[in-house]
Amino acid sequence: MDELVIARSLFGMTMGVHIIYATLGVGLPFMVLIAELMYQKTKDKDYALMANRWTKGFAVLLGVAIPTGTIAGVQLSLLWPGFMEVVGRVIALPFQIEIYAFFLEALFMSIYVYAADRLSPIMRIVSVTLVAFGASASAILITNVHAFQGTPDGFEIVDGKFVNIDPWEAFFNRSFFITAGHVTVSALMTGAFVIASIAAYKMIRQRGNTREYKFHHKALMMGLVIGGIFSLLTSLNGHESAQQLYQYQPEKLAAAEGLFETQRYAPLAIGGYTDKEEREVKWAIEVPWALSFLSDDAFDTEVLGLEEWPEEEWPPLFVHTLFNSMVGIGSLLLLLSIVGFTWYKILKRKKFPRWLMWGFIATGPLAMTAIEFGWIFACTGRQPWIIYHVMKTEEAVTTSGNIGLLFVLFLIVYIILMISTVLVLRYYFNRNPISEELDQ
Amino acid sequence: MSEAFYAITLIWGLVFIYAVMATIDFGAGFWSMIYLNRNNTKATNIANRYLSPSWEVTNVFIVAIVVALFSFFPGATFTLGTVLLIPGSIIILLLALRSAFLVFSHSASSNYKRILTIISGITGFLIPALLICVLPITHGNFIETTNGAERLLLGELLTSPSVYAFMAFAISSTLFLSSLLLSDYSNVSGDQEAYDTYRRDAILVGPISLAMAALLVLTIRNEALWLYENLMNYIPWLIGSIATFALGYASLFIPRKTGVGIPRLAMISIVVQYLLASYAYGSAHLPYIVYPNVTIETGFTDPATFRALIVTYIVAFFILTPGFIYFWRLFLKDKRYLKQNES
Ligand code: HDD
Ligand code: HEM
Ligand code: HEM
Repeated sequence: MDELVIARSLFGMTMGVHIIYATLGVGLPFMVLIAELMYQKTKDKDYALMANRWTKGFAVLLGVAIPTGTIAGVQLSLLWPGFMEVVGRVIALPFQIEIYAFFLEALFMSIYVYAADRLSPIMRIVSVTLVAFGASASAILITNVHAFQGTPDGFEIVDGKFVNIDPWEAFFNRSFFITAGHVTVSALMTGAFVIASIAAYKMIRQRGNTREYKFHHKALMMGLVIGGIFSLLTSLNGHESAQQLYQYQPEKLAAAEGLFETQRYAPLAIGGYTDKEEREVKWAIEVPWALSFLSDDAFDTEVLGLEEWPEEEWPPLFVHTLFNSMVGIGSLLLLLSIVGFTWYKILKRKKFPRWLMWGFIATGPLAMTAIEFGWIFACTGRQPWIIYHVMKTEEAVTTSGNIGLLFVLFLIVYIILMISTVLVLRYYFNRNPISEELDQ
Repeated sequence: MSEAFYAITLIWGLVFIYAVMATIDFGAGFWSMIYLNRNNTKATNIANRYLSPSWEVTNVFIVAIVVALFSFFPGATFTLGTVLLIPGSIIILLLALRSAFLVFSHSASSNYKRILTIISGITGFLIPALLICVLPITHGNFIETTNGAERLLLGELLTSPSVYAFMAFAISSTLFLSSLLLSDYSNVSGDQEAYDTYRRDAILVGPISLAMAALLVLTIRNEALWLYENLMNYIPWLIGSIATFALGYASLFIPRKTGVGIPRLAMISIVVQYLLASYAYGSAHLPYIVYPNVTIETGFTDPATFRALIVTYIVAFFILTPGFIYFWRLFLKDKRYLKQNES
């Protein structure tokens, strides 16, 4: 295979692994913070226990988030030296500021975990707030670079050289706020749903109204409420993300929707797959005019189709499926949390029916799938550009071969890490069951 | 002084801090493996108590160095990224295994704890040896340029005596610095037995690390004469370095009321020893980042970016310093933490 394809796969694999841990690294501290605040407000010990147990889980996950992130950071320079040369000149700020966020998180994470018994309640809240802040800040800052890749700003190119560089203009590039917002709210939503999933799974295995059942019930409701709020924000902001594609990266939007012809009153294709030969989306449900409306709030908006660009500049067309799945999952999760909330708070039913419980169990894995699909869509949909309309991926890739071997090595290590994470978490929580801690 | 010079000084500072913190960190992992079987000593507990809160913070430094390199010297990124692809990838793989297993070993059952500790101990021993290879690679002998594309000569790297001298130096320094720190740490915790163990280790490894440093200078003379000649302009620094070593080593034998040796003084002198030596090495290496093609001037970033970066460094310094002080107080000074029996 061609070295470029292997390099892309290797980097994509690294990111695909890192993002699982990284997303939880943003989502879980936020949930811990909410639990700590609930504890201070209600003085219900269950919430303190939740905060404690989630932190234990989070500390284990961080043991992989940090090294995979370190890999991601180093691998960027190793695999894409041409790209990082531009990054160093133009968009170094977010990377640099991210380091400070990492320090903040690492310092206070250690403090919160290893000095918990010596901290006052106020310092505990302050520490966990700083952890949550550091994690979100690092996610936002790295997304800043991703946003720059899609909407590069803050420089001019004269004779192939980057001149008139304004690093802050590059930092506040056109898509920064919307993209960073989407990444943050989707990570918070995913953290909440993962909590809800685990709680629902534990409840379904309990008989009757035990102490333990009530504990998990509280956790489930917390997960559903927070998850619901943030899935609403994710969808609203996702809509803005799509409008921003319409403005700044129209070929990505066209590929996401499988739109070949430029047209007004463009239809929205839901589902199906994009057929490159026949230039249409097969088996899709078409909603007339909807795409035009979604793109710019008017039915007569002209949406550019793929025909506007030479075929070698088309993004891979399977991104249509990724995009559809992400949006589908987002809508489904929003619906599920509304149903759950209504059932319990408005209809005042004590117990959820079994099918709904299974729905709740699915929320965490589904949200994580949406994260993966969203990122692969965003990065693959940018192809063949590594910096949109400025630098092609093939110009940035390393010239030293042997990447195939590295791919295999990294694959093995990721498999080991992922399997051992699961084993360690299971072992730890089986040995320290909630029933024992509740009695103390 | 040029802006590029300030930037490379800053990077040198980061590398130095990382080198000290990381050698201690890796060494502590190694010792916690070595003393795993001795149920009657608390040496492992001491190592773990130091390691648990500190490795994350240490790890951030390695990322900070990579980021500082490509942001201050983007012109060096292509060469460095290309020639370091293989060694760099192996380092980050080992680092990933080590960090993860280190964390896992706290939560795992005692059967697995052993194997996890052993893996993180062994990788902790290998990583410094691999990390230091970056230095001889930047001396230029192992890079081949064909049609403008640079390539690392892996075979020659692996058969060069100079590289092995660097590795031996890295390993012995790792063991030396970490045993010193841990002897100080156990002394502060009032753990006499662990203190005796680590003091003995330090006495053993100290002279070896000095001998390795001397050997290293000799191999530099054979393989990178330009560097050797520059280094000879810094003779006073090297002598100072040897003198501080002597001071530090001697202070392990000074009698006190409660025992022998002043580990705090030993630790500080040895850090100063490394500071002097690495200043000499770093200055002799200039202006080259990678000999002979990449210098700090050709690799330097855009001036506007440089200034913006420096502003963030200054702001961050004021924001983060209180955090570091708080951290230090909680884990390195608080007697309640140091004196716990269980880690
Ligand atoms: C829980 C995860 C999740 C959910 C439910 C959604 N998204 Fe999303 N989406 C992401 C997680 C995500 C992400 C992983 O965070 C991405 C990848 C890159 C990025 O900037 O955010 C993303 C990217 C992304 C992009 C591409 C931005 C770009 O390429 O620059 C668009 C247009 C949308 N999303 C739109 C939506 C819409 C209309 C949704 C409707 C509900 C939606 N997303 C739900
Ligand atoms: C963490 C979630 C992410 C995932 C799952 C992800 C996924 C991917 C995938 C699958 C590719 C290969 C694309 C292809 O060749 O088809 C890729 C490429 C790339 N991504 Fe991302 N990405 C993520 C985040 C980021 C971020 C935050 C950045 C910004 C620094 C980034 C920068 C890149 C670069 C530079 C490439 C390589 C060049 C290219 O193929 O364009 N990625 N990513
Ligand atoms: C190219 C893309 C990325 C790079 C280069 C990268 C780099 C890193 C690095 C170097 C670390 C380790 C920090 C440490 O040593 O403490 C890390 C951890 C982390 N990253 Fe990523 N990351 C990327 C993508 C992402 C994305 C997309 C997110 C969030 C959505 C994210 C969120 C996190 C979080 C929360 C951590 C946890 C630990 C910590 O902050 O110390 N990262 N990342």
